[in-house]
Amino acid sequence: MQIDKQLVQHIASTARLQLSEQEINEFIPQLKEILDMFSQLDQIDVKNTLPSFHPILLENVTREDKIKPSLTQEQALSLTKHKEDGYFKGPKIL
Amino acid sequence: MAILKGQRYYKLKLSIDNNNYQEIKMITNLHNHIQAVHNQSIDIVEYTAKALEQAKAINKEYNYFTTISEELALSQAQNLKKTPTGRLAGVFLSVKDAICVQGVESTAGSKILKGYKPLFNATVIQRCINEGAIILGKTSQDEFGFGGFAVNTEIVPKNPFNKDRVTGGSSGGSAGITQKADFAHLALGESTGGSIVNPALFCGVYGLCPTYGRVSRYGLLDYGSSLDKIGPMAKTIEDIASLLNIIAGHDDKEATSATQKTEDYTKYLNRPVRKMKIGIIKDLFGDVFGDGVDENITKAIYKKIEQLESEEVICEEVSMPITNKYGIPAYYIIATAEASTNLAKYCGIRYGAADDLKSNYNEYFTKFREANFSKEAKRRIMLGTFTRMAGYRDAYYTKAMKVRTKIIEEYQHLFKKYDALISPVMPMLAPKFSELEKLTPAQHYMADIMTAPPNLAGLPHINVPIGMHNDQALGLMLTTNHFEEGKLIQIGSAIR
Repeated sequence: MQIDKQLVQHIASTARLQLSEQEINEFIPQLKEILDMFSQLDQIDVKNTLPSFHPILLENVTREDKIKPSLTQEQALSLTKHKEDGYFKGPKIL
Repeated sequence: MAILKGQRYYKLKLSIDNNNYQEIKMITNLHNHIQAVHNQSIDIVEYTAKALEQAKAINKEYNYFTTISEELALSQAQNLKKTPTGRLAGVFLSVKDAICVQGVESTAGSKILKGYKPLFNATVIQRCINEGAIILGKTSQDEFGFGGFAVNTEIVPKNPFNKDRVTGGSSGGSAGITQKADFAHLALGESTGGSIVNPALFCGVYGLCPTYGRVSRYGLLDYGSSLDKIGPMAKTIEDIASLLNIIAGHDDKEATSATQKTEDYTKYLNRPVRKMKIGIIKDLFGDVFGDGVDENITKAIYKKIEQLESEEVICEEVSMPITNKYGIPAYYIIATAEASTNLAKYCGIRYGAADDLKSNYNEYFTKFREANFSKEAKRRIMLGTFTRMAGYRDAYYTKAMKVRTKIIEEYQHLFKKYDALISPVMPMLAPKFSELEKLTPAQHYMADIMTAPPNLAGLPHINVPIGMHNDQALGLMLTTNHFEEGKLIQIGSAIR
């Protein structure tokens, strides 16, 4: 698996991280070593095996569609300085 | 319950400070302490003041807390003085920082959550508070649980037996304070790939990681949602059973909470073990990590196996080739994939740390995340993002989920014959900080070879302390089938 600067930068931007030049150079050999370790899975045959997205079988738990107590709008906004008129305020999109 | 604030709090504090609480002799036995609170033969407010003072003194030397919740603890104590009830009445509880406590800064050891004071309690916290537990504080940990040595964070806890050594991780602060606290104390840890038993081993205490879903994750700042489990840490196995009794059980606030009935786990304490069958995972005593497993661990564990055999427990060597070969890569693929999605929500807008909204959309999030995640968090986000990317997803992520099935099947096959499996917890004894620096990230991950598989399979497991080798604690790991926490307590209490 070829791990180069371009791929590392592509992953970083997908994950909304802005890595410094130094971090990129540090990560290239480290990610390579880890991904080599991950590649051990190439050796096992799982053709007829189903994936386990959870370790135990889960039952669907449902409840009546009735409103239960929850945070008020004021409470939900109480932990941020980024708010306006009862809404969260984010950075400019355009 | 309201936390005392302002004048009312200072009045209480002043009245305590004027008392001679320094002279108090703390009760270390949990049962005796709870009884003394119930029958009001001790003043729990004074005891709390003393416990806080001791916790602060220990913390100065060992860095076990991110926050000591003095105001909350004293308010709780004052309430308890009026109404001395509950199965944990007056017991001091230290809580891994990743578990939310209402009104107390909860950061999961991360800069990105600086200042976050949750508006609600995690279910485990609410259950403990309902039973009269007093919250001592939040404990230091690897950021979001990313590490096995509790060094990936700003507040690095030190080993209770030698300050040059690590506590293990990621629940390092919870394990360390459990060893050092000289009063009726319990702790909550959390494990994704070994973060309860690993620090329990290095700090010489009991730590039990329950079956996935047995204990509610509601209010946990998550790492890997199909892997995370909250569990008890304590000095005795009796205390482990008592705390598990309170935190285990279905929670309708949590979608993956198990609906199976719970049991009274204290019933299993000291129950006869004669004729029980234990499999010794022989592959994990060999050359599985660098120069192999520390021989002092192997010797100490086999001595305990002999003790069990003398009590007519049937112990046989077993092998788990698939689990031990593929456990680590499968675990790290799944854990990093889930971590990268869970950590996507930390964007500096709704809670925790924040910047000024000067830059545009992507620039704001990117810069904020770059500045506030540690290197290990970034490494894991990068890995998890990569293994989920189009073109790689089937080769890594989906494949790892299928390998997980194979590993669960390998365990299930053994549990048809055996009640429990025995292995080391870690391949090494508590290392020095200076020794860790030589390891690459991949070598750090490999150190989880014993603990990652039961976590991946969602199986309950426990560290049982079995003495010391000089200044390093020894322990062994027991693993049982899903929802068989009782057997962990039963066999664990037979090992003395």
